[in-house]
Amino acid sequence: MKPAPFKYVKASSLAQALSLKAEHGDDARFLAGGQSLIPAMNFRLARPSVLIDINGLSELAGCSGADGGQVRLGALTRYRALERDGDFLKACPLFADALPHIAHPQIRNRGTVGGNLSHADPASELPAVAVAMGARLHLQSASGEREVDACDFFIGLLTTDVQPDEMLVDISLPVQKPRSGACFMEVARRRGDFALAGVAAIVTLDVERRCSEVRLGLCGVGETPVDASSAAEALIGETFSDRAVEVVAAAVQRMIEPAGNVHATADYQRHVAGVLTSRALRAAYQRIARAA
Amino acid sequence: MQPDRHEIALSVNGTAYRREVEPRMLLSDFLRHELMLAGTHVGCEHGVCGACTILLDGIPVRSCLMLAVQSDGHELSTVEGLASEAGLHPVQQAMHEHHGLQCGYCTPGILMTMTAYLKENPSPSEEEVREALSGNICRCTGYQNIVDAMLAAAKAMRETAP
Repeated sequence: MKPAPFKYVKASSLAQALSLKAEHGDDARFLAGGQSLIPAMNFRLARPSVLIDINGLSELAGCSGADGGQVRLGALTRYRALERDGDFLKACPLFADALPHIAHPQIRNRGTVGGNLSHADPASELPAVAVAMGARLHLQSASGEREVDACDFFIGLLTTDVQPDEMLVDISLPVQKPRSGACFMEVARRRGDFALAGVAAIVTLDVERRCSEVRLGLCGVGETPVDASSAAEALIGETFSDRAVEVVAAAVQRMIEPAGNVHATADYQRHVAGVLTSRALRAAYQRIARAA
Repeated sequence: MQPDRHEIALSVNGTAYRREVEPRMLLSDFLRHELMLAGTHVGCEHGVCGACTILLDGIPVRSCLMLAVQSDGHELSTVEGLASEAGLHPVQQAMHEHHGLQCGYCTPGILMTMTAYLKENPSPSEEEVREALSGNICRCTGYQNIVDAMLAAAKAMRETAP
């Protein structure tokens, strides 16, 4: 199918893009990679009357970083650029695991970090990674700017805290801490499909090799990405053990409320989420051991 | 609504074009209906099948997920530009020799995906080839002959590389 008619504006500056958005509000959409928006427009699930193309705003693209242990990713940064950025993948190794699961190479060549997060598909990998990493999202409008924690950003199915006049302009990610390991795993029907369940795990040890912090973000098992870090209580202050990992996996299974879909029942999704939680935690831990 | 029209200038397979387009025209439709380059096939129009894959400044993208107006100022390559006077591109030749197509509908997308992939990855394993092909759906072949063709094309391209 084809998109319904709309007015197209190629923004020449961020200020112009934000002023147009302030003027048109929900009737206008920003066009970044277009890998979710254009299909939605082709299906006429989205019918913006104004499309503001931000692809020319090079100041929104790219990765700068490691100032104060933070990496700043411009919202227009394409997955393709991150996949080929060794320094970034080293600073944020969760991305190295997660990026290959995001759709297919052709989609990753266009798709952007900001577009993905703003689209807020709960089965998408990046929102779960952002939640697990404790990303901070920087929103800007013609009248001001603010920062939101990834955990507060996703408020429902395809719904975020971004207001009608705002744009997600960049994302701050903490560089992986010392004595930490990370892992992302998912189960999908086919490579590149949306996950039936996916888990992003980060394990940090103290100097005595006890778990000081465990972060868990899940995708595909609710209306938003799930921050399941509180389910990891059994590991905190303890030496990493399979027994504690199983307690955490069971706590995650109790915490989530998958809806089930045409490919998997809710019970199956819950089962997969538990298995992936165990495996991702063990893999994350083993990576610390290997790095040490 | 008054149709909003935009003038665009782009190059496709080295030929410069200038056209006026309605912004809602998809790049895939622009190539097929405005430039009469119907080698780019349209399968699903939501980015799943890969049949419409073209190269945008040398990088494979779905032409059904871009607007024609976004191609202004860019260099595009489509399947029509692959063969030269000297003959088929090595990837095309390998598809021919290894019976890598049956109905042929997915073939242009596969050729564009894989010519770019093999340029960046000249010595892929079979598993890597399958991964690279994951964004292109073929409903005839079962992929085995396409994978064989790609491994053969990679070898042929390595042998002729300067």
